[in-house]
Amino acid sequence: MSQSAVPSFPRHLLDFSDWNRGQVESILETAQMMQEVLARPVKKVPALTGFTVATVFFEPSTRTRLSFELAARRMSADVLSFATATSSTTKGETYRDTLRTLEQMGIDAYVIRVDAAGVCHQAYGWLHKPVINAGDGWRAHPTQALLDAFTLRERLGSLEGKKIAIVGDILHSRVARSNAELLTMLGAQVVACGPATLLPGSLPGATLTTSLKEALLEADAVMALRLQKERMDKGLLPSLPEYIAAYQITQERLAWARPLAPLLHPGPMNRDVELEGTLADSPQSLVERQVANGQAIRMAVLYHLLVGKRS
Amino acid sequence: MKFKSRLLGDDEVRRALTRIAHEVVEKNKGTEGLCFVGIHTRGISLAKRLVDLVEKFEGKQAPMGILDITLYRDDLSEIGLQPRVRETRIPFDLNGKAVVLVDDVLYTGRTARAALDALIDLGRPSRIYLAVLVDRGHRELPIRADFVGKNLPTSKSEVVKVKTLEDDGEDAVELWELEGA
Amino acid sequence: MKGEILFKNANLVDGRGEHGRADVLIGEGRILSLSGGEAPRVIEAAGMILSPGFFDPHAHLREPGQEVKEDLTSGLTAAAKGGYTDLVSMPNTSPVVDNAEIVAALKKKAASIGQARLHPAAALTQGQEGKILSEARLLREAGAVMLTDDGRTNEDAGVLAQGLQYAASWGLLVSVHAEDASLRRGGVMNEGEVSFRLGLPGNTGFAESARIARDLEIVRYVESRGSQEAGQRSRVEGRNTQVEGQKQTLLHVQHLSTRRGLELIRQARAEGLPITTEVGPHHLTLTDQSLNSLNPIFKVAPPLRTQADLEALIEGLLDGSIDCIGTDHAPHTQDEKELDMLRAPFGIPSLEICWPLLYTALVVGHGFPLHTLIERFTDGPRRILGFPPIHLTEGAQASLVLWSPGQERPVVPQSFASRAKFSPWAGWALRGWPSVTLVEGRVVYEQGAVQI
Repeated sequence: MSQSAVPSFPRHLLDFSDWNRGQVESILETAQMMQEVLARPVKKVPALTGFTVATVFFEPSTRTRLSFELAARRMSADVLSFATATSSTTKGETYRDTLRTLEQMGIDAYVIRVDAAGVCHQAYGWLHKPVINAGDGWRAHPTQALLDAFTLRERLGSLEGKKIAIVGDILHSRVARSNAELLTMLGAQVVACGPATLLPGSLPGATLTTSLKEALLEADAVMALRLQKERMDKGLLPSLPEYIAAYQITQERLAWARPLAPLLHPGPMNRDVELEGTLADSPQSLVERQVANGQAIRMAVLYHLLVGKRS
Repeated sequence: MKFKSRLLGDDEVRRALTRIAHEVVEKNKGTEGLCFVGIHTRGISLAKRLVDLVEKFEGKQAPMGILDITLYRDDLSEIGLQPRVRETRIPFDLNGKAVVLVDDVLYTGRTARAALDALIDLGRPSRIYLAVLVDRGHRELPIRADFVGKNLPTSKSEVVKVKTLEDDGEDAVELWELEGA
Repeated sequence: MKGEILFKNANLVDGRGEHGRADVLIGEGRILSLSGGEAPRVIEAAGMILSPGFFDPHAHLREPGQEVKEDLTSGLTAAAKGGYTDLVSMPNTSPVVDNAEIVAALKKKAASIGQARLHPAAALTQGQEGKILSEARLLREAGAVMLTDDGRTNEDAGVLAQGLQYAASWGLLVSVHAEDASLRRGGVMNEGEVSFRLGLPGNTGFAESARIARDLEIVRYVESRGSQEAGQRSRVEGRNTQVEGQKQTLLHVQHLSTRRGLELIRQARAEGLPITTEVGPHHLTLTDQSLNSLNPIFKVAPPLRTQADLEALIEGLLDGSIDCIGTDHAPHTQDEKELDMLRAPFGIPSLEICWPLLYTALVVGHGFPLHTLIERFTDGPRRILGFPPIHLTEGAQASLVLWSPGQERPVVPQSFASRAKFSPWAGWALRGWPSVTLVEGRVVYEQGAVQI
């Protein structure tokens, strides 16, 4: 069975700092192939038979966990699902203890979600097995960025030179950080936009602005982020109506972007906050497509991190 | 790898494919329900030739698909190997069809096994045939080909390379020796 | 002349400068002679440097209540191993050191341990709650040398003003952890490019400088009132007799970390404001770039800043705007430091490597004058706290450290005497390791010295 092999990959997807463009393109290309598997009557392939993938969620997120677990099952991997609140971790058992317990169960790869930046990094250092970051604090959510890039390319083709506007709470957004990293690697020009109090001082790869018009003007695509209500409690935002007045993506404002510019949202969405209600269901919205593509991306990531690397 | 000899030239390849095309039509008693599925990479080029030859003889173009068996390989957990996943495209309904799976070389039988599993996940053909340009022996699974261009006894330290006009610029079958074997 | 220990061929360096080679005879807790003599123990010290013992104005020894992190025995042993003969322990323990009984108990226990000498700091306010002043007079009598709510960032300016006035009236220095809590906003690392990229809550350097600016105004206010009150505050009653002609420090700013904070202090000192400050080894050797590893081992408050801050701090240490080195030795358990960046506690342990680290980084690596660095480890902290300096002269107190400028050894946290067996400097190859530490003529630590 001689067959061309793909370039070698990092054994983790913690963020994109250890990834190059060729490796990312390979993931996106494999995801394309996984789309075909998902269109079959039997949506399952035996590729990861005998592998065990653990989803370790220290922060609850049913959608992301289900997407990873279904992806693993469609690849015939066994799935071990471990969910715990970090509050109970801090009481006694450390992350390291928890992961060591799982390690004894013969896990081949770990999908980790946690509310604090860096835990996936630490876990990789302890486990020496593939670790996939399913979201760590405000830092990174690389599979979300991959599925966003994949969804954008389905609609726009190459992202080279394309202007992508990301709108919302940039400061606290792992989605914004990972997208800024990935989309710029793929040649896009990222403009991040939000209220001054919700913008970081800098975001590598991206231009920052508080002007929605500046961000949306001639944009090839627009991505709205989820607004966490607790930002109001922390005094970073005066009120929801204030946010809506300045930053809600409406039909009218979307007209500043290029005609039929696709609209993305990582979900879950606060209807009538980030987006004007009807927009989410308009043909410009790729929100449902993002969810569908999420599975293909996660299958591709599992394939590349697990196949050929078993020890 | 070291080149040893040229086993078949372009005329011989053409003649072998022509014979297979005739045999397929004969075995299937015409082109009714007949379709071809080529296995990446050279199986696709060979399947295309067979489709053209059948059309030339019978005046009817059989549908054709392409198959990647990567996700069905039984050696994916081996260290160091990470094959590229390629396109699978079967642009027609497989149910009730007589499928001719086309590959360049039949060797251990593992590719054919994977291809059969993949095909069965894609639909329920009434019949699956296996057509190969070269059968070089050394089977590891109970699999045989229905149509063989040429039986070539080889040793395990040898590699049989099929070249096609589409992929390599010429039609040929070559024998190579594994270095250090 | 007969003594107890003789250091042969030691190079003498103290805060005043380098004084060449001498045979130093120790006895009766003092330096008996610099020209040799007889002693039952002779330590060959050729190639080694003899200095006054180091004095740490800022360490967390965790006792009482957090002995799982550190206790007096492990902490004071670590100190002796690091060449320290004296240290000030912070009062943010459990319970808080805010009454005379605890201070006395700590002093007593430390004396029985017999390692480095302990000088407890007590809380400025009862329970460190920032409301009611603690009993400065009684605390002082029990042996407290400083009042501080370090570990908290109590905000009430009025309480600080009253605390400064009241503490000063009993000859006690007040030290502050200068960070504006509302600007700090739960930050776990320096706010800047690195924190923005990593998505970690940032703590701006301006949280420190804003607080220093405010506290300087409070010192000015207290000064203006104090000048109307019949001149000099007196320390005569106390054990720590003030050095002649030296203005008593009113406020000591702990663990300075920013260039801007330094500028404010430098300017205030030029005006003659009675304030002092210290800097920690981590702020002189590490920057927020270390946080790229996302390893909570680098999590400390105030946080590791930028290269520009680091360079400014070295400059400040050199020109004397920064009086001394305070380790801010902050031990925690390994488990605690293996939590995540949000939950892991702030703090870096450094007592036993602070001198070799800064000797290597600043003197060897940066051309920093040796005797100046020694001054910041010895005379500097003593001056602030009203202790007389120790200089290498006949008759001086024999609280000394003999250390090796040549021998290079890596930092191995597993071999720490401290309970906190982790270090951001693990693996760094350092020179300057202490060989022998003496407290009043008594050997409290000894390593690798050749005995004849």
